[in-house]
Amino acid sequence: MSTVTIDKAAPTRKVKYGSISRDRAWALRWSYFFLVIFAIFFLTPPVYMLITSLKSSAEISAATNPWWVFHPTLENYIALLTSNQFLRFFWNSAIVSIFVVTITMLISVPAAFALSRMRFWGSATLATGVFLTYLIPETLLFIPLFKMFAVIGDWTGIQLINRWYVLLILYPTLTVPFCTWIMIGYFASIPKELDEAAIIDGASWFQTLTRIFIPVALPGLIAATIFAFTVSWAQFLYPLVFTTSTDQLVMPVGIITTLIKGDVFNWGQIMTGALLGAAPPLIIYAFLMDYYIAGLTAGATKG
Amino acid sequence: MADVTLRKVVKRYDEVEAVRGIDLDIADHEFVVLVGPSGCGKSTTLRMIAGLEDISDGDIMIGGDIVNDVPPKDRDIAMVFQNYALYPHMTVAENMSFGLRLKRYPKAEIKSRVDEAARMLDIVELVDRKPKQLSGGQRQRVAMGRAIVRNPKVFLFDEPLSNLDAKLRVQMRIEIKKVHQKVRTTTVYVTHDQVEAMTLADRVVVMNHGRIEQIGTPNELYHKPATKFVASFIGSPAMNFIPCRLEDVAGKLHVRLTDRLAFPLPLARAVRYQNVPRTENLLLGLRPEHITEARPHAQPGVETFDTVLDVTEPMGMETLIYFTLEGTQVCGRVNPNADAHDGAPFRLAVDLNNMHLLNEVTGVVL
Repeated sequence: MSTVTIDKAAPTRKVKYGSISRDRAWALRWSYFFLVIFAIFFLTPPVYMLITSLKSSAEISAATNPWWVFHPTLENYIALLTSNQFLRFFWNSAIVSIFVVTITMLISVPAAFALSRMRFWGSATLATGVFLTYLIPETLLFIPLFKMFAVIGDWTGIQLINRWYVLLILYPTLTVPFCTWIMIGYFASIPKELDEAAIIDGASWFQTLTRIFIPVALPGLIAATIFAFTVSWAQFLYPLVFTTSTDQLVMPVGIITTLIKGDVFNWGQIMTGALLGAAPPLIIYAFLMDYYIAGLTAGATKG
Repeated sequence: MADVTLRKVVKRYDEVEAVRGIDLDIADHEFVVLVGPSGCGKSTTLRMIAGLEDISDGDIMIGGDIVNDVPPKDRDIAMVFQNYALYPHMTVAENMSFGLRLKRYPKAEIKSRVDEAARMLDIVELVDRKPKQLSGGQRQRVAMGRAIVRNPKVFLFDEPLSNLDAKLRVQMRIEIKKVHQKVRTTTVYVTHDQVEAMTLADRVVVMNHGRIEQIGTPNELYHKPATKFVASFIGSPAMNFIPCRLEDVAGKLHVRLTDRLAFPLPLARAVRYQNVPRTENLLLGLRPEHITEARPHAQPGVETFDTVLDVTEPMGMETLIYFTLEGTQVCGRVNPNADAHDGAPFRLAVDLNNMHLLNEVTGVVL
């Protein structure tokens, strides 16, 4: 009969007390190192924009240090903010974005509710289909869409091309699928018993959506709203293709088409315009950042 | 208030039959518990009564009306869920009044009903809190309050206590019983815990594999189980099943357990089992409390024998003992002062007045 010996020898490796916290300290140091690099990388352009926007045209073209303002001036800001044209672009952008966000939420929230909760034939396939449509890039779509709107204009006499409201049809093709997808993920994280309790309490589907799901899924809803706003505020290709008259332009296209004349770049005003254009999303992000992250991650894990 | 009737109710998921033709009559004011192992169809049955699941076949009646195609909100029922399902963005009072507000009850009426339910459940000081500020037991009370304020025809409970710790579970069990004594609403309660079933129910419905095994009062199920499944499911520790055969020895009917061990049956049992074929493989069903230490005075129907104990488990008020009979482990309950020790010889007595005889193949109690 063999005997079993139990090795009671101490581990050979010397136990370093506090080694966990030392590992953590190094992890923190590395993460800050990379965070600083990322911060420099991403903050350089806006800082450069800010510096340039405070310079006069003469100073910009002079061969001085591009990273320093020697004679700060607000002339670019004054010029843009008193220009009816620029205010028009800003106004168009705001109107389009507000409408697009409203349209998107009105479509995608009920759609997500239906796809995630009302079990009907093909609902799972449809949910995947919604996401797939988001994967088709607009560069692939703008020519056929242009043709479609032109044909519609010929047949019905409804002029859509070169009207700002054509964007209200175009943008939702980008925002609705993604927002629906986010909201499906978010609704899926709400326990099934919650809507069953509401149904037994006597709520209709619509009341379950408005009185239970929307309040409970508010972080997701805000994330989707911010996304829709960002997409429509920053969209460039569709407005460039579909709108041409200066009174129909939104800001990103307006700045490019009116401040670049031939090969003359009005850099000071371009930078100022871009900076002013970036302000609204920045302000919204600053206030709702926590909701945005919470909403996106919930969608990511439960989608 | 209403009675609930199920007639040949079937639930099919594609190929699988989750519920296979259930007949059940629940009287007005009655507290009925559906109990069984997971997957036996008890929750599905409850959800069909609630209207959360369609029924594939048969009829469900509430208060005499067939409700097969009536949506849940028009069935006038209230349900308490396992995970409480409180609306997280509403206060306790709003949670409880949600159903009434949807039905546009007058504000004063809503308030008086919520106050009354809150008093009954002892949650008056919590009405302005949100669910996440409540403990598990408090949430459970709110979930019950939400059901009570609606004053429905039927209460449905879907394993309401299984998320609570053991101590709180006992406490809430008593709460539920008290509430039912006060409001007297017909109640259907689903649980997998046989103790909960026994303690709460007027009648227990034992389910297995989508069928009803037996319906009866807790005492009926305990003392007169109809099948081996019911006999083993109800009671803890479970009933012992010892392979045996009937035998005539000197004109008296005996039950033979092993080559050396056979007991004469008491007269009442002998008459009852007279016609059972002597060759049939049977199981002797004995509850642990009917296997005790031998007492000095012989009693009719109580037979003694010697064995060696494998394991003893002192529980305080009693000691559980385990021994082996022909490869079958048997459990008994003896007095803690009876001097029972692991591995020690011990003289035991079996009370055959309380025995059961089962067909080994079909599991039917004879």
